[in-house]
Amino acid sequence: MATVIELPVETYKGPVDPDWCPGCGDFGVLRSVQTAAGKCGVHPKDLLVVSGIGCSSNLPGFIHAYGIHSLHGRSVPVATGAHLANTDLKVVITGGDGDGYGIGVGHLIHAMRRNLDVTYVVMDNQIYGLTTGQASPTSAKGVKTKSTPAGNFESPLNPLVMAITSGATYVARGFSGEQKQLGELIAGGIAHKGFALIDVFSPCVTYNKINTYPYFKERVYKLEDEGYDPTNFYKAIEKAYEWGDRIPLGVVYKTEQETYEDNEPVLKKGPLVKQKLGIPKNVHQELIDEMI
Amino acid sequence: MPSDAVYLIDPSHCGFRGSKRAVEGVRMQEVTIGIAGAAGDGLDKSGDTLAKTCGRLGLHVYAYNSYQSIIRGGHIWLRVRIGDKKVLNHGDNLNAVICLNQDSLERHAPEVNEGGVIIFNSDKLKLDPTLVPKGVQALGLPMKEICKEVEAEHGALQPIMQNTVAVGAVLALAKLGLEEASSVMADTFAHKGDKVINLNVSLLKVGYEYAEKNAKAITKDWSFSKKRRPFVTGNEAIAFGAVAAGCKFYSAYPMTPASTILHWMAAHAQQVDVCVKQCEDELSVINMAIGAGIAGVRSMCGTAGGGFALMTEAIGMAGIMEVPVVCVEVQRGGPSTGLPTKTEQGDLFQVYGASQGEFPKIIVAPRSVADAYDTTVNVFNLADKYQLPVMIISDLLLSEHPETVDPEAFYSDIKIDRGQVVTEWAESKGKFKRFQFTESGISPRALPGTENCNFVSATDDHDEESILISDMFTCEPIRRKISEKRFRKMDNLLKEIPAPKLEGPADADVTLVCWGSTSGVVEEAAEILTAAGVKTNFLVLKWIVPFHAKEVQEILSKAKKKISVEVNFTSQMARYIKMETGVSMDGHVNRYDGEPLEPKEVAGRVQDILKGKKLDLDVSEEDAKQIAYHYLRTHYAEKLRPTKVVQESANGHGEPVWSIELTERATGKHGGKMKVGVHTGATYSFEKEPVEAK
Repeated sequence: MATVIELPVETYKGPVDPDWCPGCGDFGVLRSVQTAAGKCGVHPKDLLVVSGIGCSSNLPGFIHAYGIHSLHGRSVPVATGAHLANTDLKVVITGGDGDGYGIGVGHLIHAMRRNLDVTYVVMDNQIYGLTTGQASPTSAKGVKTKSTPAGNFESPLNPLVMAITSGATYVARGFSGEQKQLGELIAGGIAHKGFALIDVFSPCVTYNKINTYPYFKERVYKLEDEGYDPTNFYKAIEKAYEWGDRIPLGVVYKTEQETYEDNEPVLKKGPLVKQKLGIPKNVHQELIDEMI
Repeated sequence: MPSDAVYLIDPSHCGFRGSKRAVEGVRMQEVTIGIAGAAGDGLDKSGDTLAKTCGRLGLHVYAYNSYQSIIRGGHIWLRVRIGDKKVLNHGDNLNAVICLNQDSLERHAPEVNEGGVIIFNSDKLKLDPTLVPKGVQALGLPMKEICKEVEAEHGALQPIMQNTVAVGAVLALAKLGLEEASSVMADTFAHKGDKVINLNVSLLKVGYEYAEKNAKAITKDWSFSKKRRPFVTGNEAIAFGAVAAGCKFYSAYPMTPASTILHWMAAHAQQVDVCVKQCEDELSVINMAIGAGIAGVRSMCGTAGGGFALMTEAIGMAGIMEVPVVCVEVQRGGPSTGLPTKTEQGDLFQVYGASQGEFPKIIVAPRSVADAYDTTVNVFNLADKYQLPVMIISDLLLSEHPETVDPEAFYSDIKIDRGQVVTEWAESKGKFKRFQFTESGISPRALPGTENCNFVSATDDHDEESILISDMFTCEPIRRKISEKRFRKMDNLLKEIPAPKLEGPADADVTLVCWGSTSGVVEEAAEILTAAGVKTNFLVLKWIVPFHAKEVQEILSKAKKKISVEVNFTSQMARYIKMETGVSMDGHVNRYDGEPLEPKEVAGRVQDILKGKKLDLDVSEEDAKQIAYHYLRTHYAEKLRPTKVVQESANGHGEPVWSIELTERATGKHGGKMKVGVHTGATYSFEKEPVEAK
């Protein structure tokens, strides 16, 4: 394995400052993504940050890297296309729970099933922030929002269970109030060969008055402190369901599997973007001959 | 309609009847062979053998398969039109028909032209002599007897092998010889070994010899040039063109009639080094293609109208991000699921209006298989040069029909122009501006991985440096200037693409206006009309966006009579032309029953329009039979068939009705009656008379 030359976090300072609400959990996530990229020694020219739409999806604008700020819910397929086109890029997808677990959940499940070699950081605030406070797929049951004034009667989606059962090979949970750990979790995801999903508690200080910093601070604990082994599939599922007074943070599941890229035969000749365009004359003639 | 010889336009193939006036074909020596059966009967393979044989002999072929959305059963109707000059469409003749089941025999036997032949397995099927038109030969093949020796050598034959015997018979009667067909068999079954090849060649031979002895030839001798031509569908040409132009990424979700692009790409992926991705849905398809485009590879995706509807939001994303990407939209019968396996040109406005907002784009409609190749090759350069989404709009007929094409049409000498791509950028040059406001409107782009060029491709509108202008401080002048920048690209683009030109005589009485696969039908219709004394030329609209409004306006305002010809209900191209030029058509020819237009049908309809004759949309006698067949197949498992059809007026239904007598297939006894409204097509009654206890 090549030696990693770490880069300072300032390397990734973006052209404009974030416009998130003061106190937003996403600041911590941005910083952690920058720290993680530095830890992995990814040059800004080789870092592609892809997002959808939402407060947290504005992140690519605030980091010095290549970015795609795509459509609501479509960050995963855009990132897939970009990574298959140029596997030399390190692709980090960033976005919120509405973007990833609501409108974009179909793509997410399939990307995990394919074990695509990308890292997905979901800033999960259990609310729609940019549209001023409606219930999200991870909003708790009973919670009152603008769209659920009588209380939400849908059960929240469990992103960790979904990720483990869908085929993601690195599944972790972080908290923007635990930046050091979060930076390590994201760095672990970037370094991991395969699909990494990092669900991050990133509190919305404006529209979610329940799932706040104090709410999480009282409940979270670190899996690594308890000698947890993330390689056991069934234990991981069990751990992923843990919720209430104690909520685990850290790598919940990790396994080494072949990636989609490993199996795509055309990529064996190197990244598509570096391959010669067009077809050789003899192949061209073969293609005509087979139709005669 | 065996007795009604004045029907030059075969009623069973026409959604609408035009003039019944005689108009003669003018082009070439030709023969049309039909093969009819159920899905799963393997008739497409038989068609391939026949067509490839002709393609190797130097003849020209155009085939059209009218099929249903079913894997087994239903009705499949393949027509192979063969000529000694370029064949432009599937035509409206039928000189030989191979019927593989009883239903097909009843449907198609009456449609064979005088001098033609009906070929069927006489061991299994019965041909009602009243269904055989005057001057048409019935060639029943006693399969068991014919194949006795072959069976002795190779063992019991599978039912599907009767097709090969029938093809052998056609080869004899259409004077196509056995030699090339045998070589096609050898190539087709090369992977299965000599025994299978010999079996198939023997089957061709016994069919050939039996037909030679028992029937008269249906054509004169051909002169074979032996120029070998590939037999190619529009979708194959699009896929081939894409990889020849350097397409490295193709994404798709299966959907008829676009799936065969995916199949071709997947089958050839490793041969041509293209990454093929079947996605979870069309949202993913287009978004992946755009992601690949941003990362710097030439990418394409393909779908039908329904899948394209899902893609529309992302088309706008490619517009505002200025990403080169090619999207193929193959039209089929709509709306909604519509007619999945039938042709239509009903998606022009969907493609034109795809996505919210305004952005530069290219919409192009290839007109033939050769043109589909050429168009696809060219749009990859345009997409890169002008950094915009390109939509190739095809239709089921163009995409799925195979025809012989001169091999030169698939040229390999292709100049690849990636447009303005920055590969190096010194830090000292200051910040790289991905969306720099330039005179041409084209901003040099950099691919991720290039040092010092970092930028964000954003769906929010942005400034030159790709910083959003949407969130904190919307800057009106920047919004105005970036909009103008994007649209400036269209000025040069319009100059680069060829303007449409009139084809046919300059001083014509009538100008036909069309697009897509209808062009091949219109070209022949114009020839038929001109030969019949109505001098006709035609205008094919290929480049739809950007549009040569000035040139089209000049051409059409000089035309004496302008008639649009489209396979849709609402004459979308005619409306689009009016929007862009202010020019209205003098008449419209439309077909919207799922089947493509045919040349004599178009010629007839044009003559009617010129005479001011109103289009008769009533249910014809033949239509009434078709409607009866539909209900009988659905509810009575084909135990009955329509026989006598009489029109009744005083009946209490408020419109004249067709009274259709139903006859039991097995006994020939009267089995019931059905009444169908002449104007509305309503089924007023459907009485099955008590059948005697069995």
